Amino acid sequence: MEKSLLAPGHRACAGCAMPTTIRLVLDAAGPNTIVVSPTSCLEVTTTPFPESAWCVPWIHSLFENAAAVASGVEVMQKRRGLDTNVVIIGGDGSTFDIGMGSNSGMFERGHKILYVCYDNEAYMNTGVQRSGSTPFCAHTTTTPSGSQSQGNPRPKKDMPAIALAHKVPYVATASVAYPVDLRRKVKKALQVNGPSYIQVNAPCITGWTFEAGTMIELARLAVETSLWPLLEYENGELTGVKKVRRPKSVQEYLKRQGRFKHLFKKAECADMLGRIQALADENIAKYQLVD
Amino acid sequence: MSEKTANMKVVEGSYAVAHAVMCCRPDVISAYPITPQTHIVENLSQMVANGELDSEFLTVDSEFSALSVLVGSSACGARSYSSTTSQGLALMYEVLYNVSGMRLPVVMNVANRALGAPLNIWNDQQDSVGARDVGWLQIYVEDVQEAVDATLQAYKIAEDDGIRTPIMVCMDGFILTHVYEPVELLDKEKAREFLPDYQPADILDPAHPKTFGAFADPSTYTEFRYQQFEAQLKALEKIELVAREFEETFGRYYGGLIDSYHALDAEVVIVTMGSVIGTIKDAIDAMRAEGKKVGLVKVRSYRPFPVQALRNALKDAGVIAVVEKDVAIGGEAGLVTDLKAAFYNSNIRTPIIGFTAGLGGRDITVKDIRKIVDKALAARKGIESEFEFLNLRTEIL
Repeated sequence: MEKSLLAPGHRACAGCAMPTTIRLVLDAAGPNTIVVSPTSCLEVTTTPFPESAWCVPWIHSLFENAAAVASGVEVMQKRRGLDTNVVIIGGDGSTFDIGMGSNSGMFERGHKILYVCYDNEAYMNTGVQRSGSTPFCAHTTTTPSGSQSQGNPRPKKDMPAIALAHKVPYVATASVAYPVDLRRKVKKALQVNGPSYIQVNAPCITGWTFEAGTMIELARLAVETSLWPLLEYENGELTGVKKVRRPKSVQEYLKRQGRFKHLFKKAECADMLGRIQALADENIAKYQLVD
Repeated sequence: MSEKTANMKVVEGSYAVAHAVMCCRPDVISAYPITPQTHIVENLSQMVANGELDSEFLTVDSEFSALSVLVGSSACGARSYSSTTSQGLALMYEVLYNVSGMRLPVVMNVANRALGAPLNIWNDQQDSVGARDVGWLQIYVEDVQEAVDATLQAYKIAEDDGIRTPIMVCMDGFILTHVYEPVELLDKEKAREFLPDYQPADILDPAHPKTFGAFADPSTYTEFRYQQFEAQLKALEKIELVAREFEETFGRYYGGLIDSYHALDAEVVIVTMGSVIGTIKDAIDAMRAEGKKVGLVKVRSYRPFPVQALRNALKDAGVIAVVEKDVAIGGEAGLVTDLKAAFYNSNIRTPIIGFTAGLGGRDITVKDIRKIVDKALAARKGIESEFEFLNLRTEIL
């Protein structure tokens, strides 16, 4: 295997999906790539001055402006007649919440930029606070479970639908547990003459609390339970769906994570488990995940 | 101060500045509309539309994004431009620190305007004076011609390899942006000779991968700030030098860091920034005719703050009256505070009194300047009020 464009020696937690995700994305994009990142675990763990794990040009500015910064990068590549890939890699906090205005502007202006969100479903860098991406019932430090709470009271924001509403020509979901699929989607996205958006399920061992060494298994379970369908939209049409042969119960996925453990301790949470199963069932019906 | 020449045209201030920007040949312009900045960027987009200006013009979702786009473009080696004011500048605040911290030589015209609440679209300088500590250089201009000339000078200062610091060229909103007055527009070829293309060594380039915007822990962060501090000190010389070079090429000079008017023998010296200088000069002319020894020191470079130049210019003043269109609520105001700080460890013991005036677009008249001079003369005998709001309407309080 060729040398990865993300050098070893970064400071991410053992068992974190983020570095694996980045490596897969970068290795698919190749060296002719400029990466723009918002503030995140990624930035903090890969660029402690004077070190950097990045073997491609990389720029971080702020939490909420990566899409605008990347727009400036992209127009300069075009101006110089260069065919450089411009790729944003950011977490869900910047993608779903604080960077939404900037993302919307970039999508709407139609820049040729691939936006990859490594989605770990909360603000992990600041200590596991709820984001717009946090799933229903997940315990975070700002949506803790307690006698009056069963964790996050709201379902996850549908960010791919927001990208599609901007008529982003290529929108996909992917998973760190399906590397061939992820690489293929990155390559496809980079061929698009316009913006593209790929949202990658990337478990966080610290925020989700699961057994070390099971990160890939867990990400696979998200797909196998249909909570994280693998989808692909081209020009607004759903063109790719990863079928799920025999969907597993969502409980198999939930019970392996500390962020959902309260659901298995309290009798009144049985209803919540049912509601999460209903979310998976909705996905099965909506995307025809099962033949 | 501008002299009338044969090449002058009567144009709107915003057009004149846009024309100057065109002569600077920016690669990327990114802006969001806000009164009274709009005419500048409208003119620029028309120049792009007409093929007179070969720039990438991005219409973005906010001022925050406008400046963020320039982080990306400037890091790719683009000469980058924006313009804003007031709320827009406030919305950019986080990015302002980023542009200066990453040493990106962006130039931005600030069409100075009041900040809400209460909402007010008229001129004062609370916006940019409030941003004095964000690491940008700040030049305040007194008329449209100076706004034009300072815009060209700004890129030459900002892009200097030893400085690499962004600049705000601050011009009073409406008073300068919307006024029609005779201006000598820049000659494109002369401007090109004066300001060569921008070709920085360190850019985002896949052939030479570099990391921009790393995070710095306590063991290195201070040194980043120190280097910015040092660059601002270097700019003290560069601003003066560029002003003189500009004079050689274009024949106009407004002072480098500061300028003065009848200040040498003055008993009362007014210190101020921006377009109010025209009114103050008229007032001084009238008072001089009456035998009153009144003079003016104009602060052109507010950042870096020209401590030594101000000490030299003001060491013989009998009394100093600072007039400024900003207020540091809970303190006094920017210029007067900085001036006092500049003098504290010197031998200068001249009384200094401060006035905040012209907030939210209230006119400052010749009569007001006379009032300030009278108060300053009285302060020579003993300061009654160190700082006051000029023409406060006590009847509506």
